Amino acid sequence: MAGDASAFEPFVESFQAKIFQYTWLTCGQREDAEEVAQETLLKVFESFDQLREPEHVRAWVFRIAKNYCLMKRRRSVYAPEREYSLDELLPSFDGERSLQVPDGSEVPEDALLRGELNARIEAAIRELPEIYRSAVLLRDVEELSTLETAGILNVSEDVVKQRLHRGRLALRKALAAYVEAA
Amino acid sequence: MSHQGNEPEHLSGKDPLCLEIFARLSEYLDGELAAEDCAGIEAHIADCAPCVEFVKQLRASIEASHRFKVPAEPAPVDAALRGKLSQAWSEALARKKAAGQG
Ligand SMILES: [Zn+2]
Repeated sequence: MAGDASAFEPFVESFQAKIFQYTWLTCGQREDAEEVAQETLLKVFESFDQLREPEHVRAWVFRIAKNYCLMKRRRSVYAPEREYSLDELLPSFDGERSLQVPDGSEVPEDALLRGELNARIEAAIRELPEIYRSAVLLRDVEELSTLETAGILNVSEDVVKQRLHRGRLALRKALAAYVEAA
Repeated sequence: MSHQGNEPEHLSGKDPLCLEIFARLSEYLDGELAAEDCAGIEAHIADCAPCVEFVKQLRASIEASHRFKVPAEPAPVDAALRGKLSQAWSEALARKKAAGQG
């Protein structure tokens, strides 16, 4: 991390946006997401001299955000945790139509379509049980490595992989169900 | 898709090979499998329409996560917080400098 005063403004902007994206998907309410993002931002600035590995700055920031999210959550009511079995995430292709989600090469040009897909994936991520949501958020939304994610969540890389896979399967299922209902 | 009704094993996801692949698809897509395991999966997929479709869907939903954007802007950092951030930043810089010299 650069150590000069001129870096201050860009850091505020970029960290705030990143942290807010994380807390937005993690906290149930917008107010909570704002509050936790501000607490995290302040903590990041108070302790950035303790950052040991500047190349992993994003992982370090998300670890702080995760801790504030957890503290917030204890004060609010959340749905009980549950775990998915692979069985319940199995595809049933007889009933599911092809998922009309464009791959990276064909991002929809229509802003409406793009916004709708964004809203669907957001709803699906929010509905995931916490252990899967955190894995999907860090690995697929923030695109951190398996190792970084394991460090943030205090679990092994194998556990990250397992949770990520089940979280992705659940998202696929949710998006397919949406296409089906449309 | 045209695999309706005539491939009950595949359709119900109970073909043992499909199931095995199903359990490892994320690792496959993330390039975390050994070359021989990849080759095995690719050999099966080449010949299995439900698996092809499923890989396509899974990849599409992963892409949707990659592209996710928060549909709202965070409230701007107000003067009070900005002041705290600025002070925290200066203090951390000072500590870092002191630690570097000590
Ligand atoms: Zn198959």
